[in-house]
Amino acid sequence: MGTRKSIASPAAGGRADTKKKLPEHFRDYRHVWVFMELERGQVHPVSFELLGEGRRLADQLGVQLAGVILGPPGDSTQHAVSEAFAYDADLVYLVEKPLLADYRNEPFTKALTDLVNKYKPEILLLGATTLGRDLAGSVATTLLTGLTADCTGLDVDADGSLAATRPTFGGSLLCTIYTLNCRPQMATVRPRVMRMPQRSNKPIGRVIRHDLRMLEDEIVTKVVGFLSDGQSENANLAYADVVVAGGLGLGALENLQLLKNLAQTIGGDYGCSRPLVQKGWLAADRQIGQTGKTIRPRLYIAAGISGAVQHRVGVEGADLIVAINTDPNAPIFDFANVGVVADAISFLPALTDVFIKRLAPRNPMRLVN
Amino acid sequence: MSLVYDAPLCPLSAKLPEVRLFGKRTTLRNPVVIKNHVVGMVGALKTQNRAMHNMRSELKRLMHIVVCIKQVPDSAQIRVHPVTNTIMRQGVPTIINPYDLFALEEALKVRDYHGGDVTVLTMGPPMAEDALRKALTYGADRAVLLTDRHFAGSDTLATSFALSQAIAQIGNSFGTPDIVFTGKQTIDGDTAQVGPGIAKRLNLVQLTYVAKIASIDLSARTITVERRSEGGTQVLKSELPCLITMLEGTAAIRRGSLEDALRAARSEIVKWNAAEAGIEDITKCGLRGSPTVVKRVFAPTPRAEKATQIDTTEKTVRDVADELVTSIFTHQPALEHELSSSGSA
Repeated sequence: MGTRKSIASPAAGGRADTKKKLPEHFRDYRHVWVFMELERGQVHPVSFELLGEGRRLADQLGVQLAGVILGPPGDSTQHAVSEAFAYDADLVYLVEKPLLADYRNEPFTKALTDLVNKYKPEILLLGATTLGRDLAGSVATTLLTGLTADCTGLDVDADGSLAATRPTFGGSLLCTIYTLNCRPQMATVRPRVMRMPQRSNKPIGRVIRHDLRMLEDEIVTKVVGFLSDGQSENANLAYADVVVAGGLGLGALENLQLLKNLAQTIGGDYGCSRPLVQKGWLAADRQIGQTGKTIRPRLYIAAGISGAVQHRVGVEGADLIVAINTDPNAPIFDFANVGVVADAISFLPALTDVFIKRLAPRNPMRLVN
Repeated sequence: MSLVYDAPLCPLSAKLPEVRLFGKRTTLRNPVVIKNHVVGMVGALKTQNRAMHNMRSELKRLMHIVVCIKQVPDSAQIRVHPVTNTIMRQGVPTIINPYDLFALEEALKVRDYHGGDVTVLTMGPPMAEDALRKALTYGADRAVLLTDRHFAGSDTLATSFALSQAIAQIGNSFGTPDIVFTGKQTIDGDTAQVGPGIAKRLNLVQLTYVAKIASIDLSARTITVERRSEGGTQVLKSELPCLITMLEGTAAIRRGSLEDALRAARSEIVKWNAAEAGIEDITKCGLRGSPTVVKRVFAPTPRAEKATQIDTTEKTVRDVADELVTSIFTHQPALEHELSSSGSA
């Protein structure tokens, strides 16, 4: 709405410089919290990625790192507690209540805001998932504090405030944002943007339990069903080890099959750049980039993708980026590790064949396609 | 014939609302109030009693829906100045945030089914009127532009404050909304936080990432939706009024009718500044009302070295592919073993 964050305005910089004047009642807000996303018995991996970031921030600030777990009583919640410590949390805030079994905005918002008001963290991190974004907006509005969404970098400033960096203008630029005069400083981070930290076997430490005073009858929204994606083909793009993606250079809808063939050959998943979703060739959950999925595979092959910044921020975490494009000046060659100036349509089948040949001898019994 | 508007009485000074009844658009006249509802009668006094009876059954079927949209730069065409790293805004066309079109489409579908009217709302500079007019061509009934210099520099918290105040004012003027729709996020801000912020401020039930509205029961005031969640779809049963953020790709966007296009061109857009939207505390708006502040804007750092190019001169495609695979396995030796054991080749 309007000129968000009027970028060029000198007033913005001026206000940023006043951020040290934190009101008295916020001065006792301390420690870094990570909201551990527990849905349907599973901790979302983004929570571990955030614990890794949270650990770094807490160490820089010389404070403690806490995991916040809201869930139903039972094994999965207890498992989440032990995982929080395994990923280096110093303590855990735990709300166990049957009505927290399925995610719903009302009880989760109340539980998290109650915890914040009682225990006063200075930084609160959540995953930018459908759950995290649903919850973060409600919690920040209830607490009337600042929230920086979809951060790609988090740091602590010299005076101890959180410097949250995120892409802006559709990913063409980055900006660093502070939360002035309010606590906690809230930020969401998308899955795979941060590195997965090492898991250790730390024993369970201090757990602070909190009672959510809410009855099922007070909650308007009821979950009447859940249709699982199950082993649906689109579940794992963000967490795939190998990803191949196509862009406008594929030329025609039927050439998507070349992409799928390569993905299948090397046991990877496939995706695309934004224009293909806009053309309706692939579903939105296949889109890779700032407005789609962020990926962090060990091998990423981009075929016929020019590499606009919005795409770049979604794939930069890949260990090895291979780009195939007819245009030697395409921006994708600026951030790819290995490039081939070639037409993806003719090159993809050749590449698939070579992979089949190179990988097959180790498994002579396997069927070739 | 009798008309009913399912809404609190609008202030006497306000323009009487236009409503849609049996697919016809008409303005209320001679307002009569029954239990907090405006009842308008247009002629046909003899059949008034019967009309009143019909009206009662109609009472439950008419809805007021507010759709929040945003005018955004067509980001595909944004260019960054190579030297100064600033956004080159000149000549960048603006569009309705594409995600908002799905919210608008769903709102129109609900209205077409249940009757009632759709108000589109945007906050932005005066030129955002273009986006509203465009929304009218799709078939929205009324458009409200919230524009005031005090709103400049709003972050998500300040934006949700201003919009929620405006929606409350829309409720006062044109009838309390049953549903507020937003897109799932914008393409320029990408935060997906304004919708939840509005819901919280207006104390509306919050239903985000809705893929489908399964049913609405206006007499029971209930709504059932399918909501996209991690790993599946939640089926949620909730109550009106609610705020829905709509997923993309949920429906084909309609082409507005010629009638709607003509009406859009003629329509007067309601323009409110902060005071007219009922905002008393201006310190909650714009930069002053925004706890977050941008400290620094910068371009992503270029990678030190460019991609290693595989030489393609005078080589067959096959040879180039072979060289590429060798290069991949040189960079990532572990992959060769893992791919051959995990791949389906």
